[in-house]
Amino acid sequence: MAPFDEKSAPHDEELIKRLKKIALYIRKCSLIMITKAQSGHIGGSLSAADILACLYFHHLRHDPENPRWEDRDRFILSKGHACPALYAALAKAGYFEEDELWKLRQVGSILQGHPDMRRTPGVEASTGTLGQGLSVGVGMALAARLDGKKYRVFVLLGDGELDEGQVWEAAMSAAHYKIDNLTAIVDFNSFQLSGFIEKVMSLNPLSDKWRAFGWHVVEIDGHDMKQILDSLDEVEKVRGKPSVIIAHTQKGKGVPFIEKAFNEGISKYHGIPLTEAELKRALEELYE
Amino acid sequence: MNERHMREAYGEALVELGETNPDIVVLDADLSPSTKTCMFAEKFPDRFFDVGVAEANLISVAAGLASSGKIAFASTFSVFGTEKGLNQFKQSAVYPRLNVKLVVSHGGISLGQDGVSHFCVEDIAIMRAMPNLAVVVPADAIETKVATKAIAEYEGPVFMRLVRPKTVCIYEEGYKYAGEELTFKVGKSVTLREGSDVAIIATGLMVAEALAAASDLEKEGINASVINVHTIKPLDRDAILKAARESGAVVTAEEHNVYGGLGGAVAEVLVENYPVPVGMVGIRDTFCESGPWKELFRKYGLTSADIVRKAKEVIERRG
Ligand SMILES: Cc1ncc(C[n+]2csc(CCOP(=O)(O)OP(=O)(O)O)c2C)c(N)n1
Repeated sequence: MAPFDEKSAPHDEELIKRLKKIALYIRKCSLIMITKAQSGHIGGSLSAADILACLYFHHLRHDPENPRWEDRDRFILSKGHACPALYAALAKAGYFEEDELWKLRQVGSILQGHPDMRRTPGVEASTGTLGQGLSVGVGMALAARLDGKKYRVFVLLGDGELDEGQVWEAAMSAAHYKIDNLTAIVDFNSFQLSGFIEKVMSLNPLSDKWRAFGWHVVEIDGHDMKQILDSLDEVEKVRGKPSVIIAHTQKGKGVPFIEKAFNEGISKYHGIPLTEAELKRALEELYE
Repeated sequence: MNERHMREAYGEALVELGETNPDIVVLDADLSPSTKTCMFAEKFPDRFFDVGVAEANLISVAAGLASSGKIAFASTFSVFGTEKGLNQFKQSAVYPRLNVKLVVSHGGISLGQDGVSHFCVEDIAIMRAMPNLAVVVPADAIETKVATKAIAEYEGPVFMRLVRPKTVCIYEEGYKYAGEELTFKVGKSVTLREGSDVAIIATGLMVAEALAAASDLEKEGINASVINVHTIKPLDRDAILKAARESGAVVTAEEHNVYGGLGGAVAEVLVENYPVPVGMVGIRDTFCESGPWKELFRKYGLTSADIVRKAKEVIERRG
């Protein structure tokens, strides 16, 4: 089978409908996986689902049957704790059987608590300690340049993760080396582990910060499929500098009672799993 | 069995310290609900600083506060405090002997399901190799509380390692053992049980496993002493040498790589002074994997049964 390569397909109603279904699948699986494991990170998995759907089912060129295909685009989940969403996307894309999802975080599972590039087909970098993915992305993008390859590198970061100084070291180096095959995506859900971003550690004005570091900046609604798709196309045209897509998102997106908790400043659903009863309610209330 | 969180005892102790000493300040790196520094934050918001997910900054800011006369407790998970702020800790705090108390939760692998990125099986080894630094590893929640107060009074930098899950309390309330009231002293071990056939030297939550192993050995007619080494550095050399002389066979037990931790520390003392057979119970130089922690302890050899096996092995080697 040929590698997955659909990014030239038009961003029409049909595509968007299909991607929304996939995002719903990612959210549903994430909730079930985390509840089964009785551990894992709900909020940041749900906020990233739409972005992952657009990447794996439209924009990335990749090959689930040949995960190490040399010319594949690379995706790094720098906010590694959101891996339930990544694992669901990888299973749906065909990297491994769906059944593996239900063994998340169990002894012997290929699906570790945080991404492990040696155990899980399709995982490009081992992450979990925040702050390192963008640097790894810079390295991969430089390797593409050295090897004369056309692949592109995408790195998904959390907004809380941007507290790490290393993110800004990476940002500086990407601009310095004029790396234009690298796209950072910030899942800007306005919440970190212990509370609202603006309460724990202010980030704003975030776009200005990236611009000052020499990056091309696009701001979008990270749950609007068309905006995600269009922004991914737009940044590919930028030459001579790296790009960042700042995606405004809702932590816990898709489940009203979880969204509400975050919006009231309650961090419970960042890293504490649902009970069976809560899961039932979440699946009933889950919306597209 | 009474099980409690070391982290909560730490939080309680910080609040009590804060009430009596205005120089106590506490810092965290976006993990206060987990490390339980949130308890101090709620009570003394003006003396609490969350620097966000930024461990290097955490530790050097703590050093700045300490150099200005504060006693700075900085907390995060062990892997992040040990490894993301390591040079900051050494350069800004340990080398200049400042009152920075780096108290980390989630040491070892007992945090279980988060997996390798969050485990720290090398923290004791790394910290133990640093001059000027005291390294404390409490055995339960009750010891954690007294240890927190003791390290606040101790002059200089300290690394203290706690774990995530609720663990068995081996002490009675008020830091008593078998009815006897004890005092916690940085640098002194606690002999919990006498026995002359084999000495089990343990630290952290493995002290409970060591006690269970000693009871099991007793049923087979083997008398084991159990020593809780709550301070890995400075190490209580006298107690270790005494135990080696009395039994001639030593087992160490720790939730850490067998390289460089308690086992290494004990072996260094014995090799130079009084060589006897030593067996080490710990993680055999592997990163482990995600899973419920008790399952991991069985798979990676950290149970009382592993200690029993090692004890018999060293007894046989001694002859
Ligand atoms: C270096 C490091 N420090 C601390 C943590 C613990 N931790 C896990 S998630 C998290 C908060 C991350 O916030 P954010 O990046 O905004 O993620 P999201 O809200 O998207 O889940 C923290 C502090 C970590 N994984 N890595």
